[in-house]
Amino acid sequence: MLLALLPFIATCFSVPLWDTVYPLVLGLPFNLFWLTAWILLTPLCMWGAYYLERAAAEKEGGKP
Amino acid sequence: MSDSTIALTVIFGIVAVSSAVAFYAGARYKMDLEQWSVAGRGFGVLLVWLLMAGEIYTTFAFLGASGWAYSRGAPALYILAYLALAYVVSFFILPYIWEVGRRFGMQTQSDFFEKRYGSKYLAAFVSLVGVAFIVPYLQLQLTGLGIIMEVASYGGIKRAVAMLIAFALVAAFVFASGLRAAAWISVIKDLLMLFAVVFVGIALPYHYFGGIGKMFAALVAAKPTHLVLPGSTKVMGESWYISTVLLTSFGFYMWPHLFAASFSAKSSDTLRRNAVFMPLYTITLPFILFVGFTAILVLPNLTNGDLSLLALVQKTFPAWFLGIIGAAGALTAMVPAAVLMLAAATLFAKNVWRLIFAPTMTDDQVARLAKSLVVVITALALYFAIYSSTTLVALLLTGYAGVTQFFPGVVFGLFWKRVTMPGVFAGLVVGIATVAFLMLGGRDPFLGLNAGFVSLCLNFVVTVAVSLLTPAQASAFDEPVRVAP
Repeated sequence: MLLALLPFIATCFSVPLWDTVYPLVLGLPFNLFWLTAWILLTPLCMWGAYYLERAAAEKEGGKP
Repeated sequence: MSDSTIALTVIFGIVAVSSAVAFYAGARYKMDLEQWSVAGRGFGVLLVWLLMAGEIYTTFAFLGASGWAYSRGAPALYILAYLALAYVVSFFILPYIWEVGRRFGMQTQSDFFEKRYGSKYLAAFVSLVGVAFIVPYLQLQLTGLGIIMEVASYGGIKRAVAMLIAFALVAAFVFASGLRAAAWISVIKDLLMLFAVVFVGIALPYHYFGGIGKMFAALVAAKPTHLVLPGSTKVMGESWYISTVLLTSFGFYMWPHLFAASFSAKSSDTLRRNAVFMPLYTITLPFILFVGFTAILVLPNLTNGDLSLLALVQKTFPAWFLGIIGAAGALTAMVPAAVLMLAAATLFAKNVWRLIFAPTMTDDQVARLAKSLVVVITALALYFAIYSSTTLVALLLTGYAGVTQFFPGVVFGLFWKRVTMPGVFAGLVVGIATVAFLMLGGRDPFLGLNAGFVSLCLNFVVTVAVSLLTPAQASAFDEPVRVAP
């Protein structure tokens, strides 16, 4: 659950922190770069959430 | 041959070939209601997910996103954020929806409300609202098709005529083949779209500025405020951004057709795993924004931002290439339009008409009614498309403002035992009324917030308050829903 909150905080609530043009990263304005990076990072977070949830369910003795 | 003949020939050629492939795929099945609307529930996981993933590659992404990058600037960035977050939301709710769907044999979103709250009037109301807000989404696709025809004919075909042609094409397509054809054609569409977007997203900035970075450097120098919120608008600031991202990421799976599509997955685990990887599908969207940003400096005087991608391609490349891009765009409008028409028509025929007025109808009669409704609903969308001039993104946001009002009913229905039918009904009515009041009255954004989000908050408050004031109800879901991960 916390891992899933991460993308929400990063791409939604924290907008005043990253909504700037500079520094340009790879030629992209910083806000555009930031969001593009999170398109790649979000699956990583969810992948983590998926495995944690699975592990928790197995511990409970549920079906794998 | 003139340029417009070449471009239109290429578009119609590609659309015709793709349709032929799709018809061939559908021809082997007898078309009853089940086949026509849900393809007999016999889709493999791959096809279901192509349909669902393909959902993000609509005219909205193709022309609308570049259009907003052109006309509004930074507010268009919300598009990059909300899709990935929509999949995050889906990770937590879709497996539960799937689980109750399987237990009670649900087919539509309306079935969910009927089973959970035990009221056919609530269920019919949900369907009606769903259909009502599918209309602007459909209007979006038809407008997009109209724009493509207009540009590809180099202005030779006027917008209204172009939309009439588009309407006839899509309706014929839906009539003849139903959902199965849509699924197959969406494979072709996604590949073509992927190629088109990445190619023009890189080639256009290179052609005019020598690179994406150089394009942005030039843009920052020319228009320093365009690239940060509120971009070239006065009202779309940070609070608008946050409220819009929340509204649309919650609302994504509240679309009746997407909600229903989750029932056809093989297991709840499939839904979870897909939610993990689906955000990667959105990686092409930045390229579409690049095109819109390039157009600002190259074609500064467009009257309608939604034209920016096609107008720039028309200016830069030969006619046959405009044809290919136009065809990719036409398919990205036709497939979602077909899916939306099917969903709206079946929902109305089955979950409004049969449920309330004619419980004795047979499936065949429902299928016939649904087919005629396809024409009615599309004609309505066509009427709005011809007589209104809002941007494509604004149309989508109107749809989202409406369908997201289902969110409290769905989430409380799954996770809060105390929620009651009158509570959800009242919340939904208040939410929709607020959307209508704020949006039709031109009060969007409201106090710097997205009007749909304001409505959603009121909806939540009313749902909770009325639920607590009315006596608790037993729910069909009452035995604890356990989802095996």
